Amino acid sequence: MRITLHVWRQKNSTDTGGMKEYTVDGVSEDMSFLEMLDLVNENLINEGKEPIAFDHDCREGICGTCSLMINGIAHGPDAAITTCQLHMRSFKDGDAIHIEPWRSLAFPVVRDLVVDRSSFDRIVQAGGYVSINAGAAQDANCLPIPKPDSDTSMDAAACIGCGACVASCPNGSAMLFVSAKIGHLAHLPQGQPERYKRARDMVAQMDAEGFGACSNHYECEAVCPKEIPVKFIAKMNRDFFKATMCSES
Amino acid sequence: MAFNLDSKVPEGPLAEKWTNHRFNLKLVNPANKRKFKVIVVGSGLAGASAASSLGEMGYNVDCFCYQDSSRRAHSIAAQGGINAAKNYPNDGDSVRRLFYDTIKGGDYRAREANVYRLAEVANDIIDQCVAQGVPFAREYGGLLDNRSFGGAQVSRTFYARGQTGQQLLIGAYQSLSRQIAQGSVKMHVRSEMLDLVMVDGHARGIVVRNLVTGEITRHAADAVLICTGGYGNVFYLSTNAMGCNVTAALQAYKRGAGFANPCYTQIHPTCIPVASDHQSKLTLMSESLRNDGRVWVPKKKDDDRAPNDIPEEERDYYLERRYPSFGNLVPRDVASRAAKERCDAGHGVGTTKLAVYLDFADAISRLGEDVIRARYGNLFQMYEKITAENPYKVPMRIFPAVHYTMGGLWVDYNLQTTIPGLFCLGEANFSDHGANRLGASALMQGLADGYFVAPYTVSDYLANHGAMDADKKVTTSHAEFDKVEGEVRARIDKLMAIKGTKSVDHFHKRLGLIMWENCGMGRTAEGLKQALVEIPKVREEFWKDVRIPGDVAEFNPELEKASRVADFLDFAETMCHDALTREESCGGHYREEHQNEEGEAQRDDVNFVNASVWEYMGEGAAPELTKEELIFENVKLTTRSYK
Ligand SMILES: Cc1cc2nc3c(=O)[nH]c(=O)nc-3n(C[C@H](O)[C@H](O)[C@H](O)COP(=O)(O)OP(=O)(O)OC[C@H]3O[C@@H](n4cnc5c(N)ncnc54)[C@H](O)[C@@H]3O)c2cc1C
Ligand code: FES
Repeated sequence: MRITLHVWRQKNSTDTGGMKEYTVDGVSEDMSFLEMLDLVNENLINEGKEPIAFDHDCREGICGTCSLMINGIAHGPDAAITTCQLHMRSFKDGDAIHIEPWRSLAFPVVRDLVVDRSSFDRIVQAGGYVSINAGAAQDANCLPIPKPDSDTSMDAAACIGCGACVASCPNGSAMLFVSAKIGHLAHLPQGQPERYKRARDMVAQMDAEGFGACSNHYECEAVCPKEIPVKFIAKMNRDFFKATMCSES
Repeated sequence: MAFNLDSKVPEGPLAEKWTNHRFNLKLVNPANKRKFKVIVVGSGLAGASAASSLGEMGYNVDCFCYQDSSRRAHSIAAQGGINAAKNYPNDGDSVRRLFYDTIKGGDYRAREANVYRLAEVANDIIDQCVAQGVPFAREYGGLLDNRSFGGAQVSRTFYARGQTGQQLLIGAYQSLSRQIAQGSVKMHVRSEMLDLVMVDGHARGIVVRNLVTGEITRHAADAVLICTGGYGNVFYLSTNAMGCNVTAALQAYKRGAGFANPCYTQIHPTCIPVASDHQSKLTLMSESLRNDGRVWVPKKKDDDRAPNDIPEEERDYYLERRYPSFGNLVPRDVASRAAKERCDAGHGVGTTKLAVYLDFADAISRLGEDVIRARYGNLFQMYEKITAENPYKVPMRIFPAVHYTMGGLWVDYNLQTTIPGLFCLGEANFSDHGANRLGASALMQGLADGYFVAPYTVSDYLANHGAMDADKKVTTSHAEFDKVEGEVRARIDKLMAIKGTKSVDHFHKRLGLIMWENCGMGRTAEGLKQALVEIPKVREEFWKDVRIPGDVAEFNPELEKASRVADFLDFAETMCHDALTREESCGGHYREEHQNEEGEAQRDDVNFVNASVWEYMGEGAAPELTKEELIFENVKLTTRSYK
């Protein structure tokens, strides 16, 4: 296959950046999308040009590092996968593909297609945990947890923190990410003691990082590679309101 | 100069060693803990659990990882589960049995006392993780569910769907985040350790490159913990993440830390085969698939028919044929070798002929497609995404791939390397899995090391050797930091100055091929000697002709890769020396010269009941070998048989 790429190039966070066009031949359908980019980079290096920087690590859809807007869709055209799981058989000879970094004020561009998502880490640091020290735990089976609760918790915990939800939201909202963490812990007995404080503190940090509010576009759910449902946003809102209304410390 | 390898295994009966030892270890007074700084390199299960635990105890911790968030360490990719001897299913499990299975699975090449301790603290890990909010699978009664895994006859594996590693890492990441918020841990992301700084023979700091700005920084501490994972990427293609590397461990080795059993590599039998030259990594299909899938190849050589056109009587279910009692459930090393043997003999399938079938047709007709979907749906979907083939209709094609490295920095019972003050945890050390790791035991080991072992043993080191007074502390203005930083800079400048014609990947692929062919699943003296001739050639060419675009002082992924590949090129020979001198077959190390009439691995318990510990002697020079004899007082060495 021959593919034409339009790729966002930006030398560093202060550079203005712009789209550049590249043509790549010899793309096979077995290649993953990132292997296609490897090929483009190999060619660029051989031509003495600078390769395209993009983020990736596990290349199997679990680490949440890869992050590309492909033809305007986070993680590309196929549902429920990450960019690294996308294969070139989803495209055809002669296609033009536009590739951009995650778009959000709270994710500044580091270089080309690489962004800084440390705001996500800071939100978790604000309260996305259970306060327990190593060694202080009771026997794991002391506290039975109804299977449906544990399953719902796991549905939320499946979040890989990639940021596709933010990149797709017209408001640049991080509500799906934050609600996944809050939902994961709120469905477990271990998460109860800090439940409302957690919701309040994490939401406050989310706002401080400059993420927008949710106005129910549900783009986040549509692109989430782990299919995390927006019902967690509603649940988070309930916890957040309760936390602010009762304003216990 | 040979190492003086004191394993520091405590006296007393096996089951009491750790308890006694903990009592004998020195403590640091709570008020004094904040006077100490500990560096933790790595934020995977081992690093994150160690950093958060040390932070909780009151130490100042600096933690480093190369990813953009500590949550993305490669522990995240583990699918299957984590072992513990809770005996919740009441099927006869015990700490002693978990110990025994792990020692036996490792083909009797691990240290008894360490493995026993691992089995002992495994239960605490499950408690700890549940308390953190790890959503392990549960039964309808609300209690934890277990499943079985290779190499064991009991159900002792805890799991969270197919994402156990992810959930355990998130648990550790949450604890780490709490410590970061409290100020006890300072996290440095996108930061790569490039060298170790030693002062008066003790590890006292590291030199790091900031991967965003290219800035080189110095970090001093009272102790350094290396938790940087495995080095499977020396083979280029593996199930590891793209960034997994040997850099930190190699620099420690070059500065005098012993490297133990570097040739012990686990090749996992069920991975999606290589499709083309462009392949950048290999994807694991969980071991659990062999519970219901049957492995076969055509009886006829070079049979090009589609699998479903090959009649039953023309299929060779070679695992069932060779190992009637274990069948498709033989351990990983045995299954991998058997697949290679069939492909080498011309029975491989698929376009590359380097694959065998894993067929679910029988299981589907027996149990129905729905049951199979419930068990393995996500794996089948993953397979279909990559290969565009529907495994409900056509047998999967699988082939072995490099997965895990049992070798690593030598550590004593305290997880301390041969360098005082330098500790090594998780996959990066050599300690617990011997020559072959059983499924679901790496997660257990990483968390055991980080939550329950290192916090005690590091404290003991600090109590004995840490400088309490500020004016006695080593600072980053020490001359050794000047020297090491200078060396790091010189090396980077040298790389950038080559301005050759070939990409980093070009060299990495060549190295990978040499290693796969000569130091992979089957090894011979001849092949290993050949590799020892070829590796230096590739290295020489790399240092003459690699092309690294861009600048030093910027985000430069090609420079990162180049530095890692340069380290793999330095390290690969030590692996080959190790494989060459270990004149036996054990676990994942299969020397073709050492097999019995039936082609099974033949251990040599007269000459090789030891760990081989290597000392770096300079680039291109053969490293020197010291052996740690392994003493078995509690188990009897038997031949593993799965017939
Ligand atoms: C696909 C797959 C599936 C697996 N499934 C299972 C399973 O089901 N059960 C099981 O028990 N085991 C499994 N394993 C093995 C297990 O996941 C690993 O052995 C284990 O997680 C390693 O943990 P770690 O903390 O030692 O290293 P890692 O998780 O690899 O972490 C390494 C850390 O070190 C950092 N680092 C590396 N080099 C540097 C450097 N130079 N400077 C700074 N930081 C650095 C990285 O950023 C990272 O934070 C699996 C492995 C793979 C690849
Ligand atoms: S690279 Fe890990 S999810 Fe894509």
